[in-house]
Amino acid sequence: MKMPFIAALAGLSLLNSSVISAQEGNDQTPQHGGVIDTIIQPEPPGLVLGMIQNAPTRTVAGNIYEGLLRYTTDLEPTPQLAESWDVSDDGLTYTFHLRDDVTWHDGEPFTAEDVVFSADVFHRELNPSARAVLQHVETIEAADDHTVVFTLKQPFGPFLLSFEAGTFTMVPEHIYAGTDFRENEANNHPIGTGPFEFESWDRGTVIKLTRNEDYYQDDLPYLDGINWHIIPDGASRAIAYENGTVDVLPYGTVENFDIPRLTAMDNTCVSDKGHEYFSPFAMLWMNNREGPTADKRFRQAVMYAMDREFARDVLWNGMGKVPLGAFGSNARFQNESLSPYDHNPDRARELLDDMGYDGEEVTLLPLPYGETWNRWAEAVQQNLKEVGINVRTEATDVGGWNQRLGDWDFDLAFTYLYQYGDPALGISRTYLSDNIEKGSPWNNVEGYENAEVDDLFARAATAHPDSEREALYHDVQEILQEDVPVGWLLELGFPTIYRCNVKNLITSGVGVNDGFKDAWIDQ
Amino acid sequence: MLYARLILMRLLKAIVVLLLIIVFNFVLIQLAPGDPAAILAGEAGASDEQFLQQLRERFGLDQPLYVQLWEYVSGIATLDFGYSYRQQMPVLDLILERLPATLLLTGTAFVLSLGLGILAGAMAAKRAKRVSGSVIMAIALLFYATPLFWVALMAVVLFSVYLDWLPAYGMFTVGAELTGWAHVLDVAKHLILPATTLGLFFMAIYTRMTRAPMLDAAQQDFVKTARAKGLKSGVIQRRHILRNALLPIITLAGLQAGQMVGGAILTETVFAWPGIGRLMYEALMQRDYNLLLGIFFFSAALVILFNIVTDLVYRLADPRIKEAT
Repeated sequence: MKMPFIAALAGLSLLNSSVISAQEGNDQTPQHGGVIDTIIQPEPPGLVLGMIQNAPTRTVAGNIYEGLLRYTTDLEPTPQLAESWDVSDDGLTYTFHLRDDVTWHDGEPFTAEDVVFSADVFHRELNPSARAVLQHVETIEAADDHTVVFTLKQPFGPFLLSFEAGTFTMVPEHIYAGTDFRENEANNHPIGTGPFEFESWDRGTVIKLTRNEDYYQDDLPYLDGINWHIIPDGASRAIAYENGTVDVLPYGTVENFDIPRLTAMDNTCVSDKGHEYFSPFAMLWMNNREGPTADKRFRQAVMYAMDREFARDVLWNGMGKVPLGAFGSNARFQNESLSPYDHNPDRARELLDDMGYDGEEVTLLPLPYGETWNRWAEAVQQNLKEVGINVRTEATDVGGWNQRLGDWDFDLAFTYLYQYGDPALGISRTYLSDNIEKGSPWNNVEGYENAEVDDLFARAATAHPDSEREALYHDVQEILQEDVPVGWLLELGFPTIYRCNVKNLITSGVGVNDGFKDAWIDQ
Repeated sequence: MLYARLILMRLLKAIVVLLLIIVFNFVLIQLAPGDPAAILAGEAGASDEQFLQQLRERFGLDQPLYVQLWEYVSGIATLDFGYSYRQQMPVLDLILERLPATLLLTGTAFVLSLGLGILAGAMAAKRAKRVSGSVIMAIALLFYATPLFWVALMAVVLFSVYLDWLPAYGMFTVGAELTGWAHVLDVAKHLILPATTLGLFFMAIYTRMTRAPMLDAAQQDFVKTARAKGLKSGVIQRRHILRNALLPIITLAGLQAGQMVGGAILTETVFAWPGIGRLMYEALMQRDYNLLLGIFFFSAALVILFNIVTDLVYRLADPRIKEAT
């Protein structure tokens, strides 16, 4: 029985949700039954995790597929398909002991061979984020049916953070081995080990998942199924919650300005938990190559000019955190002794005078992800105008935005990136000079080059043990804080809005993607 | 015989026009900023060059443009519309899957707006000097001038949120698993708001287009003659006045019918109706070129088809129109 573990997590989530659920008590016993109606936005292109890694696929398919590990909201690994694991003292050998009672949705047993196939064959071919981790791996071997050994080339600090369902998804070897993965018939009917099975997908209308009756964890899941409604218009999505058609609004499904209206409704709770693993971090790309933004003093002036607290309180309904620097508060090894950039227009003007800024116009690209981002761009534009920076915003659609950033055709541009809990996974990529390459909006787009930073990041990724990593990362943060390669806007808080009688909705650091496993409805 | 030759000639021309449209669309789409592979990779948050290269190879995006164009055109000749990058399905399957929903919506809106529009227009013409006639025209003007998406949102607020009479979105009740007549009724209920919203604009135009020519025709000598020989007023309205006022309405109906595949983007988006319009909008945003070109092709083919049909209907409505091709 895993009850103590689940109960502990339940306690966590209750603390974090709003007052009402906390009053209703901690000692309720979960009830079985009920189907949850929720929304997925936008409609995912497919549901085979590992083949497709975009956000909507992760959110739906995170209930169908599983990884070897799960993570608490503090990003501590907990058992999932692996019951336990050992790490050798030199940090080079990771041994996972798998559960022996797991079956795939088609009834076949889950074994070590599936793990080896998933990691070494399937993901190596299809999955860029897994490939980034696999480059540190020497061999992956099945010691017996339920033991898998990963041997690394050199120590890699964040290795244990890579086994979440969306990164190293476990896929069935007996279905995919020897086939053209992308053309496999089973892609239309994904088969995983998770608490819910795929039932049907009416394109443009609804994706239905149904309870896995043979799930290996006793009693779980409590729900009979999940209906993911597909509603393309933001206002209609808000109405779907208001008129009771759906009971859970996951992150990103309604515009921020609708949130106060919805959360004021009766029996409505809100939580910004479940994003700790991803830690979405909003940034302002500043072109380090040319124009006024190539000058460090200009970039510092931008940081002083922006009123980031205003953006959080007004545009994001008070959710999220104003970051100290390049490392978010969920990332490991944050250097808390850095001096922060507070809102200081006078200091910004001084810096601009000092560099002799002549009023040259700079372009600003908002992120084309909806109204909130447009308003945010307007707010920043106004902040910058106040200190004398001449800004012109240029609207694009997603395709145009990708292209402009990929071609380095911008001065300032909004974006947000996932930090994945560890600097080597989600932070260094923004600052490493060997990550400068045209054609992608996600690498070192700003064009920052600093040999010392490169060296510190490289050493920190493979240093062992953690205390050594920490020292290196603290040093690199000092340099970044001074150089301001990009603007650090906000650690985003995406709310999940739900009826308060839906309990235990978010129980892990990837909770928005695997939460329905523990959820139940108080009927 | 005459009709057969006419239709044949028109179809031959249509093929040439379609071919030109395919080439034109293909070139036009290449001019839009944004590389489909980069957008797909962007959506996945992936920045890995191998991933981009795989995507480009898989969809033939690494070939020179003229090769891509040739592959595309020769594909269409065998009814192969290519593969949707994002939806990971053959384009033809995607379109055929969504087509019934769109045709149901636009077809209903078409019949509704044509029927009610002509009726309202005829009534307004008959009551031209009375208040009721002015009221009809005022309402028509209001619907003509109001943006579609606003009408849609207000209809949802009124009928779904406040009154709770009609469902706000979707094509059927998810989770109800209805069958038979219960299902038909359920779909019909979901159809009312989007079909009305979509139909209102054209209804207003039909009303105006019916009233003006009818007033005009009512002044003609043949109407005086008809009245003089003692025909009843209703018969004069229908047989003499309305029939002579029909031609502009037919022209407009031909236009509206041509838009049946691609003309419901806004309505389908607001009401989450799982049709082609939404598919097209998403395809545009995601630079899903094959899918977009496929929908363009179907829309163009339908416009051409209805132009031919309109010409034929002209001849039925007004035998004076002779061979003019």
